[in-house]
Amino acid sequence: MFYREAGQFKTSYQADSAVFPILQDRIGLAVILAIAFGVIPFFATEFFVQGIMIPFLIYALAAIGLNILLGYAGQLSLGSAAFMGVGAYTAYKLVTYFPETNVILLILVSGFVPALIGVLFGLPSLRIKGLYLAVATLAAQFFLDWCFIRIAWLYNYNPSGAIEMPARQAFGLTLTGPAADYMLRYYAVLGIVVLMTWFASNLVHGRIGRTWMMVRDMDIAAQLMGVKLTNAKLTAFAVSSFYCGVAGAMLVTLYLNAAEPGAVFTIRQSFLVLFMVILGGLGSLIGSFFGAAFILLLPILLRTAAASFHLPIEVKNIENLQFMIVGALIILFLKFEPHGLARLWQVGKQKLRVWPFPY
Amino acid sequence: MTAFVESRPMSAARPIEKGETLLSVDGVSLSFGGVRALTNVSFDIKKGEVRAIIGPNGAGKTSMLNVINGFYHPQQGTIAYKGQVRRRQKPYEAASQGIGRTFQNVALFKGMSTLDNIMAGRTLKMGVGLFWQLFRYGPALNEEIEHRKKVEEIIDFLEIQHIRKTPVGKLPYGLKKRVELGRALAMEPELLLLDEPMAGMNLEEKEDMSRFILDVREQFGTTIALIEHDIGVVMDLSDRIVVLEYGRKIADGSAEEVQNNQAVIDAYLGVAH
Repeated sequence: MFYREAGQFKTSYQADSAVFPILQDRIGLAVILAIAFGVIPFFATEFFVQGIMIPFLIYALAAIGLNILLGYAGQLSLGSAAFMGVGAYTAYKLVTYFPETNVILLILVSGFVPALIGVLFGLPSLRIKGLYLAVATLAAQFFLDWCFIRIAWLYNYNPSGAIEMPARQAFGLTLTGPAADYMLRYYAVLGIVVLMTWFASNLVHGRIGRTWMMVRDMDIAAQLMGVKLTNAKLTAFAVSSFYCGVAGAMLVTLYLNAAEPGAVFTIRQSFLVLFMVILGGLGSLIGSFFGAAFILLLPILLRTAAASFHLPIEVKNIENLQFMIVGALIILFLKFEPHGLARLWQVGKQKLRVWPFPY
Repeated sequence: MTAFVESRPMSAARPIEKGETLLSVDGVSLSFGGVRALTNVSFDIKKGEVRAIIGPNGAGKTSMLNVINGFYHPQQGTIAYKGQVRRRQKPYEAASQGIGRTFQNVALFKGMSTLDNIMAGRTLKMGVGLFWQLFRYGPALNEEIEHRKKVEEIIDFLEIQHIRKTPVGKLPYGLKKRVELGRALAMEPELLLLDEPMAGMNLEEKEDMSRFILDVREQFGTTIALIEHDIGVVMDLSDRIVVLEYGRKIADGSAEEVQNNQAVIDAYLGVAH
């Protein structure tokens, strides 16, 4: 009833091929952005911003990174956490060497190193596909995680092997380190995530994104349309790892403040991001946000539910319960809705469009 | 309507006039281990004609197209395109020289809409770099819109306006074949290879497709090489026909010549030994 595109006529190809061709979608996006920038900072508690919004946005960006590779270009990778780690350690080294430079700039620049390493570990994709490629990226995961523990230069020879973020500034405001203000960090994370999501959306709707999808859907026909598979696959690896890397850099600089050796960028983390992409929806940017929200909120919801209903469940059992629910959901989604929550969202919008009629 | 005919010269070779040899296959042999797919096959395709390749199942027709496309590399023999003998060639190089192709079992990008599939056919002609793509503004947006216009002309030509935004996975078979033809046309090919464009179609759809094939040649001057099992269609559409059997060429000529050729009759009807 409110969500109808009737009467919205397109008179140019530009209007017709816009990313959000329906007026209500554009209004909805504006409202969400207004809430994120204007409402949440004034009404949210520290826990909500620090404990929910910041990790949600960071993991959503990592999920977008993996989604570009898996959902758009069709290359399965189990190394997302490793590429996040490369981003994090790059950011750490950069803030060590350039203490005076704007830390937001350094976080963005940190993406280039994982992009390069992503291309390197993407090389096997030129020869192998599917599960075999996943195993090859698994090598990246274990090798890079090993580097984070063994190469002392990466953590500035800290005896504990951990990286601890020093206090660094952007535009005269302290953003990193334990003493930084959580609201400033929220704005920094939100700004980076919104900007990079916008870039990703432009990419996947243009020529480059189409090339990726061609490779995903039918690589033989793609070659016939003049696509060089080498270029298409390696740019997908580069862009994907760039996104994962920036997410990893933000994770350490703007959220965790520190990373213990071999504890953060583990295979477990890689699977977490993979689950976000699968549950959220392969080949959908908004799905990456849904997936990240779902996976991160589920344990919090379960804990709150157990506490508020005074259920006699131990904390460690809540974690087990979470594993069971996520596991069951992943099997169900893969079986019945491979396009994930994003498809449910699409179906919901379609129902709303034709309401009160069934079609 | 003829706006997207003006195909840019894609290689340095001089333009080929109508009636001249566009592609010549000379003594091509292809084998996979012990299996001989093609044995010493030679024929040519002249600019502007509809050339059919027919033969019983397993005769090597599709292998022949794959050789022309650069998917397979023959062990012996040469292929000259526009007078230039080519070396081992990659499929994307064949594409950039102006060879388009449709597949026997529809090879559309099934996660994408009809519009995106046909836009995909224009990949080679687009080239605005990453920087502008990130902003979807300026050159990137202009390029997108300019090519959208061409794609819309093809959509008009093939009468598929109503399925423009439909994901191709959901389309019926006949329409999929038509979208695939549209995708190949979007490349503005000089030589269009059609691998069984009418397989599995009913009479009406076959008539439509035949009409499109003839219109493509007439309006865009595209040279067409097609594989087809419906002999009636082949005889009506094509100027010249190559007949393959067990990887060997057994006949080559106009429809009447091929029809009256004893070797062809034997191949199709069988001979009493």
